[in-house]
Amino acid sequence: MKTLVIAEHNGENLSAATLSVVDAAKKLGRDIDLLVASNSASNVLKEAKAVEGVSTVLDFSDEKFANEIAEDLAACIVSVRENYDFFLASSSTSGKNNLPRAAALLDIQQISEVTEIIDDKTFKKPIYAGSCIATVQSSQEKNALTIRTTSFEKTGASGGSAKIETKDVPDTVSRKSGFVKNELTVSDRPELTAADIIVSGGRGMQNGENFALLEAVATKLNAAVGASRAAVDSGFVPNDYQVGQTGKSVAPNLYIAVGISGAIQHLAGMKDSKTIVAINKDEEAPIFKVADYGLVADLFEALPDLESKL
Amino acid sequence: MKILIPIKRVNDYNVKVRPNQTNTDVDLSNVKMAMNPFCEIAVEEAIRLKEAGKAEEIVVVTIGDDKHQEQLRTALALGADRALLVKTDNVLQPLDIAKTLAKVFEKESADLIIMGKVGIDGDNNQTGQMFAALTNLPQVTFASEVEINGNSVHVTREIDGGLETLTAEMPAVITTDLRLNEPRYASLPNIMKAKRKPLEELSLEELGINIETKITTLKVESPPERQEGVKVETVDQLVDKLRNEAKVI
Ligand SMILES: Cc1cc2nc3c(=O)[nH]c(=O)nc-3n(C[C@H](O)[C@H](O)[C@H](O)COP(=O)(O)OP(=O)(O)OC[C@H]3O[C@@H](n4cnc5c(N)ncnc54)[C@H](O)[C@@H]3O)c2cc1C
Ligand SMILES: Nc1ncnc2c1ncn2[C@@H]1O[C@H](COP(=O)(O)O)[C@@H](O)[C@H]1O
Repeated sequence: MKTLVIAEHNGENLSAATLSVVDAAKKLGRDIDLLVASNSASNVLKEAKAVEGVSTVLDFSDEKFANEIAEDLAACIVSVRENYDFFLASSSTSGKNNLPRAAALLDIQQISEVTEIIDDKTFKKPIYAGSCIATVQSSQEKNALTIRTTSFEKTGASGGSAKIETKDVPDTVSRKSGFVKNELTVSDRPELTAADIIVSGGRGMQNGENFALLEAVATKLNAAVGASRAAVDSGFVPNDYQVGQTGKSVAPNLYIAVGISGAIQHLAGMKDSKTIVAINKDEEAPIFKVADYGLVADLFEALPDLESKL
Repeated sequence: MKILIPIKRVNDYNVKVRPNQTNTDVDLSNVKMAMNPFCEIAVEEAIRLKEAGKAEEIVVVTIGDDKHQEQLRTALALGADRALLVKTDNVLQPLDIAKTLAKVFEKESADLIIMGKVGIDGDNNQTGQMFAALTNLPQVTFASEVEINGNSVHVTREIDGGLETLTAEMPAVITTDLRLNEPRYASLPNIMKAKRKPLEELSLEELGINIETKITTLKVESPPERQEGVKVETVDQLVDKLRNEAKVI
């Protein structure tokens, strides 16, 4: 039996998350195959082939994969079920959308947000906004896991030489959903979940224009920009900036939280960062409890000052 | 149009949940419980559709012990018309919840099933997708905008890269994200009225569900504590520490 990793990509490039899922897959000690469903994205296949540790790339090519619909992807996974006893995806919005659908069709109880693989039946995962860590054991023959990528390394993007196996795309013409449009955030900055440094702003930023102050610091540090839920709900920044229990999980080398109080739901998404800095005018703010360096200051003075000294 | 809303009873989101003394489970003995915030958003969305004349009936359902009646009554006070409690003293895993809900759907039918994207307790984020798979219905997860368009529903979803809009023919399954709406509070008169709204009990046996524990919890621990660091007085000190001590810039 082998492990099947569901690849993620944007039509051009394989996502960094996939490299972390392959790293997790290695800990299961089986041959690893990578499922690529794409709109004949030859470059994605080229990158998939080169991933270190992958034996075979399952190539599901069809125009319908220009966009990803859970019904289509789940059908691909189910069509190759016989050869695999592990199905892995990242705990991105894509993995969270697709894998449980496939798992239910295979009668598998999925384990979500796995942060550690102890052996091929035993896993660790955070629960209750990361305030507890559960060790769980599966009695199932086949298992499906979503992987919290920040808890794993990235396997090499090159050096592999997997063979490509062309697969018949299951027919899902009768599916009842379809793509209408998307509005993806375009940015020159590193991607939030892959960035080395993140500068995040909260309600203390007061409005969207003031995020320019954060952006200026981020530019100096080649950092990604993140936000708390309050900043997103208030419309300062788009939804994909949200870090936290119900947003993105991040663990950069340096996380700078500005005007963020440090609610448990925010901490759940960033407290595994290596170094944490908090800038907040309230010295009692809970964010200081997890910060390596705390600066009690008005952010409207501290941010321009910081920018000028970097 | 009829809307079915599966809701989950979880810890109040303000409470920090800890492991029990023996590290075998979490300790919920003195924890305030509430409706999962994402389920509140689901209930609110259904009420708005009803207020807009797009839906006629809202049915809420939960699977759990007697205490779950509290959350059903809350949903009734907010504006749901009827409630179903599938009674069990066992804590079911998402796949079994989805199978049970599929049976309820067979019995009740509905045009729209609105669920929370995730329970803030187990962070599973599975049940809606599994329910959609088992009933062979289209799924639109992480919704931030829902629009009914004749026989189909247009849904904007929050994804890692931004926003995406999908359309799905009804009956369809939607799971809610934070920005879909801001739930209201129940008024006192409505809380009183809710006591007289119908709440029906069902059993797993009646629905023909055999639960299977496929995943067991071996241990529940607190995560490693982060050491509280130091306060710096100035931006200069901060930059110096980041450069020379942490060496991260
Ligand atoms: C179901 C659910 C899911 C959630 N998921 C998430 C999630 O994924 N991510 C998330 O972040 N939150 C999440 N939350 C929300 C969370 O509980 C908090 O409400 C939120 O994190 C608060 O954001 P904030 O720190 O920006 O705002 P606030 O708590 O209002 O804090 C603002 C901070 O800014 C400081 N400040 C104000 N002005 C200045 C100034 N001039 N200079 C310096 N400091 C200043 C204040 O002292 C304060 O500490 C969730 C909540 C629920 C119920
Ligand atoms: N016991 C339950 N009874 C009814 N609905 C549930 C139950 N557990 C989960 N759900 C639904 O599934 C959603 C996601 O939960 P989960 O998959 O546990 O994260 C919740 O927001 C509910 O809508």
